[in-house]
Amino acid sequence: MAFYASRIIQILPYFLKGLLMTIEVSGISLILSTVLGFVLGILRTADSKLITRSIGVYVDVMRGTPFVVQVFIVFFILPSWGLQLEPLPAAILALTAMTAAFICEVVSGGIKAVPKGQWEAAAASGLTRMQQLRLVILPQSMQTILPPLVGQYVLMIKDSSVVSVIGVTELTRVGWQTVVRIPEGLMVFTLVGILYFVICYPLIRLSNYLEHRLSLQTVKL
Amino acid sequence: MLINFNFRVIWEYMPLFLEGLRNTFLISIVSLILALMVGILACAARLSRWKLLRAVSIVYIESIRSTPLLVQIYFFYFGLPTLGLRVPELETGIIALMLNSGAYIAEIVRAGITSVPNGQIEAGISSGLSYTQRMRFIVLPQALGVTVPPLLGQAIVLVKDSALLSLISVLELTRCGQELTSERFMPAEGFLTVAVLYLCIYYCLKPLAGWSQKKLIFREEY
Repeated sequence: MAFYASRIIQILPYFLKGLLMTIEVSGISLILSTVLGFVLGILRTADSKLITRSIGVYVDVMRGTPFVVQVFIVFFILPSWGLQLEPLPAAILALTAMTAAFICEVVSGGIKAVPKGQWEAAAASGLTRMQQLRLVILPQSMQTILPPLVGQYVLMIKDSSVVSVIGVTELTRVGWQTVVRIPEGLMVFTLVGILYFVICYPLIRLSNYLEHRLSLQTVKL
Repeated sequence: MLINFNFRVIWEYMPLFLEGLRNTFLISIVSLILALMVGILACAARLSRWKLLRAVSIVYIESIRSTPLLVQIYFFYFGLPTLGLRVPELETGIIALMLNSGAYIAEIVRAGITSVPNGQIEAGISSGLSYTQRMRFIVLPQALGVTVPPLLGQAIVLVKDSALLSLISVLELTRCGQELTSERFMPAEGFLTVAVLYLCIYYCLKPLAGWSQKKLIFREEY
């Protein structure tokens, strides 16, 4: 046991490298999926039935299938349709596609939570549709959007562990590679778990804090 | 794009897919029932008067919620043997799913119970109801309405989470897609069929969740 513990300290740098990879993968996907998710979420509240329906189907497909299956589809099937991706871009594509669907739901929910009168008042003030959205609706919906948005980020960081199956050497993959050589499953995956905890727990607290903080701002009638 | 799609292979492997579907279904149901028990226990501990119980439950819930399910699965899969326990893959997977969903369910149940306003409980006390009576007649009926919709949501998540058991070679739905990939190298046929079958489960559960949301949460009306 002590022997293995010293070896794990020896290979700790690899874990930190894995952690960096996890942060890199989720960081890039986080930015991309936020942008895509907001665009989709705003379009989801559009008047056109065709747009809202097709986004709805996309969201359902993303929410209805497990992330592993999505990863396999991106990694194994897209090449046969002519899109050959390295593991890392494939992982980012899969994570972005899934998280964007979830963020889309959060954003459209937040926009719908703003009372209709606000749209009407903004229109009556002579603002264009874009201005109404940017200056009046979005700032107000942010307080509904932010807490679950941070929650989605946590889910995404956790889901990024799944991309280890296509060979991205992030944290979980490092743990898996280590456990094959050092048969101390409990210790290795406790360490991996602790490293995830270090990133995710503060974000969960942030989400709770935002929820508490922003709910205080709503004027209760 | 789908020109080379081989439906005959899908048909040939249909018995395997159906077995996988059945296993996914069974794994999810069993894990859900176990997770409900774990969740209710953890929630009771979380709300208990004893500090130690509360601390244990908080550590359990937070550490589960802050780590990926895959890491938890590997933890049990590689960890239990080092403790000298030989647990088959399926049981290992169910233990991981149970503990994972249990933590989320504990939070759902707690949100339900704490959503009942204090005034209701005080009214119960002043009507002379005992603790059990207050729980039974005032808190639980109201908490149940708030709890059922997110529980159904958790059930959907659980079905999807069970896909990760394929990585420790439990034969469930996703594993069938992997088999088709490794035996015939037909990932498109395998994983798209798997995805469609998961969507079928999803579309069965989703209306249920939506319906319960509408029917059971009457709180938002005032």
